Amino acid sequence: MTRRGIRGAVAVAGIAETTYYKHGKSPDPEFVLALKAILGAAADAGIDPQDIDGFASYSNDRSDPSRIAAALGIRELRFSNMHWGGGGGGTAAAVANGAAAIAAGFADCVVVFRALAQGQFRRFGEALPDRTVSGNAAFLSPYGVMSPAQHYAMRATRFMHEYGVRNDALRAIAMASYAHAQNNPRAIKYGQPLDEATYDQSRWIVEPVNRLFDCCQENDGAAALILVPAERARDLPHKPVYLLGAAQGSDHRCGAPVMNATNFASSSFTTVGRRVFESAGLTPKDVDVVQSYENFTTGVMMAVVEHGFCEPEETNDFFTLENLLAPTGKMPLNTSGGNLAECYMHGLGLQLEAVRQIRGNSSNQVPGAKVAINIAGPMVTPVSSVIVGCEEALA
Amino acid sequence: MNSTSYLPSGMPAPVPAADGLDAPYWEGVLQGKLKVQRCSHCGTWQWGPEWLCHACNSFELAWEEVPPHGLIYSWQRPWHPVHPALRGFGPYLVVMVELPHAGGIRMVGNLLGPVDQTVQIGAPVTAVFERHDDALTPYALVHWRTAG
Repeated sequence: MTRRGIRGAVAVAGIAETTYYKHGKSPDPEFVLALKAILGAAADAGIDPQDIDGFASYSNDRSDPSRIAAALGIRELRFSNMHWGGGGGGTAAAVANGAAAIAAGFADCVVVFRALAQGQFRRFGEALPDRTVSGNAAFLSPYGVMSPAQHYAMRATRFMHEYGVRNDALRAIAMASYAHAQNNPRAIKYGQPLDEATYDQSRWIVEPVNRLFDCCQENDGAAALILVPAERARDLPHKPVYLLGAAQGSDHRCGAPVMNATNFASSSFTTVGRRVFESAGLTPKDVDVVQSYENFTTGVMMAVVEHGFCEPEETNDFFTLENLLAPTGKMPLNTSGGNLAECYMHGLGLQLEAVRQIRGNSSNQVPGAKVAINIAGPMVTPVSSVIVGCEEALA
Repeated sequence: MNSTSYLPSGMPAPVPAADGLDAPYWEGVLQGKLKVQRCSHCGTWQWGPEWLCHACNSFELAWEEVPPHGLIYSWQRPWHPVHPALRGFGPYLVVMVELPHAGGIRMVGNLLGPVDQTVQIGAPVTAVFERHDDALTPYALVHWRTAG
């Protein structure tokens, strides 16, 4: 039997995002944001948007593919896919699902997209003012545990206790994102640098791990990415960015009720981190630049560790600002500013940034970057990762 | 609402799941008893509640009373109000408590005592049942206090 996989079979041909807005500030309805991003990605790919024949998204995106297909006049809808799970855990998986459809011959041109307009809909960071709760929430909400920040703080606090991780590691992650955003005019935090004192003095959201600057923004906007078969990508305007490997899922009983995951002190990546590298035939040493979804800096820290970039005991030494900054750091991280400082595009902005790095046109370009990894949605389940690279990385 | 509740009135009130899955737990805490699931077939402890045993897939799950004490496994001190009832109230303390005598299952509750106390992972704690008898559906919460 031949080796199964998507390595080299599918490429990203086009990317686009709308203007990014503070939450609630989009002048456009959410559906319009989705349309604009998709049209932009088609234009970037040099294709007719009516040639799109597949859609992949995640986290229950509200823009229905059949409505988009009708709105755009798409000739034939051949693939529509929603990845289960909340948060950004499906960001990389949506890319992989779209690529799998192309590799399987179900579709020839899949757009991966995400649109958010939180003025039209509710925010993520505040619970509904429920009077009664049942099921899993009945064991958490009455004790004042309702938000993602709180659910994941329990995991991170235990992880940091087990391995002696200091909050300085989290500060370095936040500062790297803000530093990168200063060179990125798309970023919401462009022109708003972050220094150590401002971080240290920022208010606690959830002590002892989440200060204000450890938490992602909430924003309005949309982003999209066009996938085509590798051979077609070679005839399109941009340098193809190939999928090298992908994995999604989580380990034993990660979603057990009342926070009873077997491996609780984890970002949920212990299995996925290993498999994404196996599927690409690569190791962390082969990666030139890392995009790692920041719901919270704790998730970035644990996810990078669980992908094998450093041992958990080395976390304090590894996560320094110097190591995380492009272009010279050992492991340039979140080079667009990411969810913390570019835009909380539910992680899809990080996917676009990985494509820019491989194309060579990031605003914080890592010189000669050939391989980039996207780590999506730490601490939720399922989580996902994808590795992309240039033609040379396929050799 | 109980005048001595740890969190302010107006917090979401737990009600047993409509499908009956967790009813024995809620009945137990109203009697000051901590009951969790244990497989009648293979003896595996299980929490939170589910319809079958995750180890052997038997549906024969019993509800067994466990001694109401454990060890702090993780903790947090939330400051940001995530519910209207918490505006202007925080911070408060939440602990995750491991029950080593029940297969290491974990529960979440508030840690009673000074909010600025130093919380030690691994410290022994004892359950404190907080009754809410005047709720539409009376219930009890399970908090924890550092053991002497």
